Amino acid sequence: MSAVQLRYMLPLSLFVVLAVGLGVGLTRDPSQIPSVLIDQDVPRFSLGPVEGRARGLASADLEGEVRLVNFFASWCVACRVEHPLLNRLTEDGTVPVYGINYKDEPHDARRWLDRMGDPYVRSGADHDGRVGIDWGVYGLPETFIIDRNGRIVYKHIGPIRPEDLEQTILPLIEELRG
Amino acid sequence: MRALATALLIALLAGPAFAISAVEQLDDPALESRARVIFKELRCLVCQNQSIDESNATLAKDLRLLVRERLVAGETDEAIVGYIVSRYGDFVLLEPPFKPTTYALWLGPAVILLLGAAGAAVYLRRHGSRTAPATPLTADERRRLDALIDDG
Repeated sequence: MSAVQLRYMLPLSLFVVLAVGLGVGLTRDPSQIPSVLIDQDVPRFSLGPVEGRARGLASADLEGEVRLVNFFASWCVACRVEHPLLNRLTEDGTVPVYGINYKDEPHDARRWLDRMGDPYVRSGADHDGRVGIDWGVYGLPETFIIDRNGRIVYKHIGPIRPEDLEQTILPLIEELRG
Repeated sequence: MRALATALLIALLAGPAFAISAVEQLDDPALESRARVIFKELRCLVCQNQSIDESNATLAKDLRLLVRERLVAGETDEAIVGYIVSRYGDFVLLEPPFKPTTYALWLGPAVILLLGAAGAAVYLRRHGSRTAPATPLTADERRRLDALIDDG
């Protein structure tokens, strides 16, 4: 390449690199903050049960098999959208779903589960939201995939849509089960 | 008049109360001022461009409470901020830290500026002098120019 060509090609290629980089940045959703807890053990916690349920949830309950941990609340509109899908996972025995009821009124949480169906093997009531902070939760619903060693493998932010389940969550669960 | 002044005074006093409710303050002013410094460093993840000091989001309120509790428990500022970063990542800091993954972020603009300056320097050295010496007009050109100016 001659010096003249280089003189034009260099700024042009710099511009292309910059434009592509910034362009890719624009396609990303800034409200989806990647979790720093991926590949870490689930935070230690022990929560009492949701009102009217017998069993609470502790970190020790999350070892031994692949599971979903779903943060939900009766005040969360998007949780309403994904709830039937969680019910179906439990009905079909696809994957055990565990729930953490985040910053809810005990009575509201109970009524919500009674009315919408309770897909959770166990659920804990996180009244003050401290367990949520430990898990890096910043908006409901959030769903974590936990491997059989009790490590966080994946975090889904927002309601799980059928395509999220088919394309990402179920394949990952299969892979983890080996 | 007096009533008006009183009302005005109340309104002025009430202003700052919107930002932080009185219940949320620590009794120890030294701890409280440390808390406020920490709040200003931390991003509200719900609203993103506000610090948790300014935000009314529930999560921001919960984080303020957590910071105050840990200050009272005797933790250092670094330990408290470190805990929150360990949960939410560097994004929770309004000012990103200077470390290998952020070198491009911090140094990128300076590098681009230097590249631009170097490019400009090279260009000016090569082309800058070309415009300086102008060849004088020939007698013929001078006549045509005069004619044009006279026309105008």
